[in-house]
Amino acid sequence: MVRKPLPMNEMPNTVEKVTDMTETKIAARKVQVYYGDTHAIQDVDIDIQAKAVTAFIGPSGCGKSTFLRTLNRMNDTIDVCRVEGDIKIDGEDIYDPKVDPVQLRAKVGMVFQKPNPFPKSIYDNVAYGPRIHGLASKKAELDEIVASSLQKAGLWNEVKDRLDGPGTGLSGGQQQRLCIARAIAVSPEVILMDEPCSALDPIATAKVEELIDELRENYTIVIVTHSMQQAARVSQQTAFFHLGILVELGATQDIFTNPQDKRTQDYITGRFG
Amino acid sequence: MTEHTVSSYDEELTTIAGRIAEMGGVAEELVSDAVSALMRRDLVLADQTIAKDVKLDELLLDIEMRNVQVIARRQPMGQDLREIMAAGRIANDLERVGDMAKNVAKRVIAMDEGLKSSTLAIGVEHMTELALAQLKAVLDAYTRRDADAAKLVRDRDSEVDAIYTSIFRELLTYMMEDPRNITQCAHLLFCAKNIERIGDHATNIAENVYYMVTGDRLTDDRPRMDETGVADKENA
Repeated sequence: MVRKPLPMNEMPNTVEKVTDMTETKIAARKVQVYYGDTHAIQDVDIDIQAKAVTAFIGPSGCGKSTFLRTLNRMNDTIDVCRVEGDIKIDGEDIYDPKVDPVQLRAKVGMVFQKPNPFPKSIYDNVAYGPRIHGLASKKAELDEIVASSLQKAGLWNEVKDRLDGPGTGLSGGQQQRLCIARAIAVSPEVILMDEPCSALDPIATAKVEELIDELRENYTIVIVTHSMQQAARVSQQTAFFHLGILVELGATQDIFTNPQDKRTQDYITGRFG
Repeated sequence: MTEHTVSSYDEELTTIAGRIAEMGGVAEELVSDAVSALMRRDLVLADQTIAKDVKLDELLLDIEMRNVQVIARRQPMGQDLREIMAAGRIANDLERVGDMAKNVAKRVIAMDEGLKSSTLAIGVEHMTELALAQLKAVLDAYTRRDADAAKLVRDRDSEVDAIYTSIFRELLTYMMEDPRNITQCAHLLFCAKNIERIGDHATNIAENVYYMVTGDRLTDDRPRMDETGVADKENA
């Protein structure tokens, strides 16, 4: 029998390209970042899809964390750092002088490399944001926010009996999920994660990755990771940075099987010189 | 291609590629020997061909084990991932090519008398030359990572199919002419079918080489030439 493969349109469903179906949440154009005289980020144009996970990968010092921090103006806190270009979230310029960075950071939450709970109780860690932003007028309301945030962060069952215990008394993985709960508590739309699993063991990492997968239903997530396998596992869109330049942006399924740029290819296959 | 930072990774991939080349060499030899045995009615060569097929099974197993190890330990990405996937599939196809050759060799032994006239088998021999040329070309394309050459092989498979169709008709005519030809022609027909399948495996390999090199699939637009309408369950 001569082979008669199925024509492409009769092939079993291939993986859906999630990124094709969603809208743009963050649009960055011609973004430059300078640290003093150093041009750390050059001409970055990127569209970050809403309700999807976008991973930034690249070697150390490539600018991926720097660029991530421009998205909620964390770089404002560094004196020598200067950002130019255009970054819009839902069409609004976040570098507009009228924008209050504190409000912006409520909308664009952040989780860091090392879990950094406040030296307070588990309850107060999560309640801190809603309190300073005045999101709850009554104790019952605050209780509700704390409980639902911990639930969304997949931590509730592990801590519901010790909400008054110190946040720092939790394990590393639990602390990181506490930090995610703290970020969620102020109802952000975007969550930035800067290597959220690099200090965690594989099981705690898996729990955080499972959480990221659940969160993307309601939030836009941008994650910086040194683990390419992690980027491949959790993201729908992947951006490869090198020497301050965005080299390649594409659907994760394409970036890890058929990257278009030689530099991306060399990096993901472990050939970087 | 630049080398991996971890040099033992390169060695592993090179070894797998080397094993594929080795399998290719053995498979070509088996096909050529099986058809020589058929043409010369050389039972010793037929026996040797059948025995040598074990080598391909061993190499296939070896490649599969190595692939599993690379996937488990290196988590290959990009081109490396495609290379590992392609190696596994190509090894499978080459192992099947060996089986086809073995089938032909078994028929040489099963045919209770030699070819009455070798003219009957000339078509099969010609078809074998073409199938072997395809196999050789696709193995070269694999070694040189040449996607264009692989595509050429894929596009040329219709020639093998066309010869098969004409052999089928020819043998049918002989059988109708004289029922005493039927046994021999039936054996030859199965041999021809096996050789035609080798062409198909060369095509499979070509498609995998193309994907391995480019990351894209060859679109399926080549013509179909098998008009015999015969479903062959023998080698299914």
